[in-house]
Amino acid sequence: MARALVNVPKMARQGEVVEIKAMIAHPMETGYRIGPNGSNIPRDIIRRFACSYNGEEVFSADLFPAVSANPFIAFTLVATTSGTIDFTWTDDVGKIQTASAMITVN
Amino acid sequence: MHEDPLRVYGGLAGRRQFLRAGMTGLLVISLPRWAVARPSLEHAIRTFTGGADVLDGRIRLDLPPLVENGNAVGITVAAEAPMTADDYVRRIAVFNEKNPEANVAIFHLGPRTGRATVSTRIRLATSQVVVAVAEMSDGSFWSSRASAIVTLAACIEDLS
Repeated sequence: MARALVNVPKMARQGEVVEIKAMIAHPMETGYRIGPNGSNIPRDIIRRFACSYNGEEVFSADLFPAVSANPFIAFTLVATTSGTIDFTWTDDVGKIQTASAMITVN
Repeated sequence: MHEDPLRVYGGLAGRRQFLRAGMTGLLVISLPRWAVARPSLEHAIRTFTGGADVLDGRIRLDLPPLVENGNAVGITVAAEAPMTADDYVRRIAVFNEKNPEANVAIFHLGPRTGRATVSTRIRLATSQVVVAVAEMSDGSFWSSRASAIVTLAACIEDLS
């Protein structure tokens, strides 16, 4: 499946607001384009993106066809404790792609 | 029994009305399916807010005024809130005016996001207005709009 790319700082101070960037390789086919046979190319998009910090969901996004191919989302999180930050992307048929990153908070 | 068509459609004015209706029908048929089905920008915002009042301010939408490629337009939305446990931004939604669908994305935030700033890349089918609406934890809605001129539109490149 698609390749995901996440950018999380390795180290952060307690309470610091860190910037998180997440991108996944995905065509985000809108369903409005006409294919070679004259009919619409079926829709295939990432419907939901979620980010959880040590198992607790802290950020999520509902995406629509107006989001570009290879959806890129940058947001911020408060560094609370050391642990893992997990990312999930869910597409139209419910297929889930995950990625995770470690963060050390001192 | 054969009836005079003029009498059936109520004389000259009636016939004109009938022709006009027919032409409108043709116009609707010739438009792509989404052009008829799409809800308006205001309708989409109302669906998101549940009919609540939307005020101007407390959110900033950064959109390049001149876009070369509508397939990937970088936008940043930033809402103003302290992001504490009792005063934070709950959701930020982005809407467009002229794409086939009015919604672009809805971001769910909370106190743990620290800042209510989100960046992403969107598609713009043509030159249009983009609106960002933020829902605060107290239930109030704030919006900001920006317009972009698109020189190369998204969705025009067909595979045929």
